[in-house]
Amino acid sequence: MIYRESGQFKKTYEADQAILPLRTDQIFMVGVLLVAFLVIPMVASNYVMNALLLPFLIYALAAIGLNLLVGYCGQISLGTGGFMAVGAFAAWNLATRTELPMPVIFLLAGLITAGTGVLFGLPALRIKGFYLAVTTLAAQFFLIWLLQRPWFNNYSPTGVISAPTVDMFGWTVDSVTDRYYLALIILVIMALIAKNIVRSSTGRKWMAIRDMDVAAEIIGIRPMATKLKAFAVSSFFIGIAGVLWGFLYLGQLEAEAFNIYVSFDVLFMIIIGGLGSILGSIIGAAFVVLVPIFLNVVPSAIGLPLGTAMISYVEIFIFGVLIIFFLIVEPHGIARLWSIVKQKLRLWPFPY
Amino acid sequence: MMFFFEVLIGGLMSGIMYALVALGFVLIFKASGVFNFAQAAMVLFAAMFMAGMYGDWGVPYWLAIPITILLMIGLAWVIERFVLRHLVNQEPIIMFMATIGIFFAIIGFAEIIWGSRSRTLDVGLPDDMLFIGDMLFQQYDIVTALMVAVLVVLLMIFAQKTRMGRVLRAVADDHQAAQSVGIKLSTVWVVVWSVAGVVAVVAGIVWGGSLGVQPVMVDVAFKALPVLLLGGLTSIHGAIIAGLIIGAGEALAEVYLGPIIGGGIDNWFAYIIAMAFMVWRPEGLFGEKIIERI
Repeated sequence: MIYRESGQFKKTYEADQAILPLRTDQIFMVGVLLVAFLVIPMVASNYVMNALLLPFLIYALAAIGLNLLVGYCGQISLGTGGFMAVGAFAAWNLATRTELPMPVIFLLAGLITAGTGVLFGLPALRIKGFYLAVTTLAAQFFLIWLLQRPWFNNYSPTGVISAPTVDMFGWTVDSVTDRYYLALIILVIMALIAKNIVRSSTGRKWMAIRDMDVAAEIIGIRPMATKLKAFAVSSFFIGIAGVLWGFLYLGQLEAEAFNIYVSFDVLFMIIIGGLGSILGSIIGAAFVVLVPIFLNVVPSAIGLPLGTAMISYVEIFIFGVLIIFFLIVEPHGIARLWSIVKQKLRLWPFPY
Repeated sequence: MMFFFEVLIGGLMSGIMYALVALGFVLIFKASGVFNFAQAAMVLFAAMFMAGMYGDWGVPYWLAIPITILLMIGLAWVIERFVLRHLVNQEPIIMFMATIGIFFAIIGFAEIIWGSRSRTLDVGLPDDMLFIGDMLFQQYDIVTALMVAVLVVLLMIFAQKTRMGRVLRAVADDHQAAQSVGIKLSTVWVVVWSVAGVVAVVAGIVWGGSLGVQPVMVDVAFKALPVLLLGGLTSIHGAIIAGLIIGAGEALAEVYLGPIIGGGIDNWFAYIIAMAFMVWRPEGLFGEKIIERI
């Protein structure tokens, strides 16, 4: 009833290739964007924006990047934190050592991360599965160690360096609202790019490699180029997320802030949100950011206050259980549940 | 030269401890093809229960250790019943991610009960200096090495001589064939996770005794993974030998290479050893050739 479509009425290729073919979905998406761009900055307090929305937007970007690699190309990676750190530190060094404008720095930092990703993706040409997971783990530890060398933080005595103010085309991104807008704009653009990549021949090649690499090679897909492209694109996204994380959210950089548990967090997001879904990455990021808040609020609301330490333990436990739950019940995550709901709405109220 | 040998032996001893964690991985991988990321969490779980029961409840160690072993068997049952059973026939990578979930669930559970403060775990292993010739040894290290040797021999006997061991090897060879001759997979999985749990108890005693029991202990997982790859995923003696190689290599690198390129390299040096070796022999020292070439 809500979705009133009753057949294929597309007359042009444009209509056939639309990301959101249905009017209802289009209206919904415009509504979401309007809320994100207009309503939230008006109603959200600075605290909510800084502690909730910024990490959510940036994590969502990193999750999209990782999902391109894990969900679409089937190459598992535990090195997300390390690659985020590469992006952040590359941007910081470019910003302090050169006079380049900020947008160029963002792009270059992304490209440097992409190069690093390709370098550590090379083992994927010979190994896969757990072996690859361990190799990317090596990347994580090595990169964090490397970025703790004094040269990378310009011989700062404490090892902690403060990020420069971001200046985009004459727009000085300073207040919380500005930072929210910048992160949101970048996320929307990158999500759109990601969505289009996975619908293109590149994305279809990735999925072919994921589903069965030998068969993919036989139908003429070059595994090497395809996998390395996945590593490059994924790392580019993750690198940009790293820049935003350092420059907009933390405000100061230290390599330890990008440790292995950041990698796990982003992996959780894509498992919970949905492997192989751009929307899922965003939902997963929201979920992972919200669970700690939820645990803070709910127990005290029902008269069972937990200590701060206890909350963090319960949080770890719940994440573990949720991962198992989603892997068992719905390996395609919340995004899949969402599409099931849509399918049901299509027939409601007269299912056959 | 004396200094070199002391560093070497210190490295070999920590290598034994890595091997002890890697051993648990190998057992589970051999019997079920599951790459059990949660092994280090099981070590922490066991160590926290032993230290917690002794420290908070005053349970003596001779009682706390058997209780912990029973707990590990219970844990194995829970994991089989609520996780593995539902994931039969899933892709290995899904299983791997599920064990990451188990990893966090176990750690969270142990912390909910015992908190995250650091505890000591001293079950009474001798801990004195010992001079052999001019060289300094820790008695603790020697006792540890002996314990590991005994454990490995017991595991070998279990795998080669007992009925259950034969069953395990049959399942490892071919799940379906084993099922068709009447082996119950679920029982086998509980048994093998229990055995890995017992290994985790031993590792917990050894690690907790030397480093204290605290949640940071799970970082040993990240040391055990390269050991596992170097030794080959399916070989018990491979895990031990690789543990020794990596422990020694890491200690020597930290002492001799560390000052040149900056300290703290032991975090990733093990991975470099393992990866350099895998370029030459992707299946590890004693592994079966299971990697598909792509």
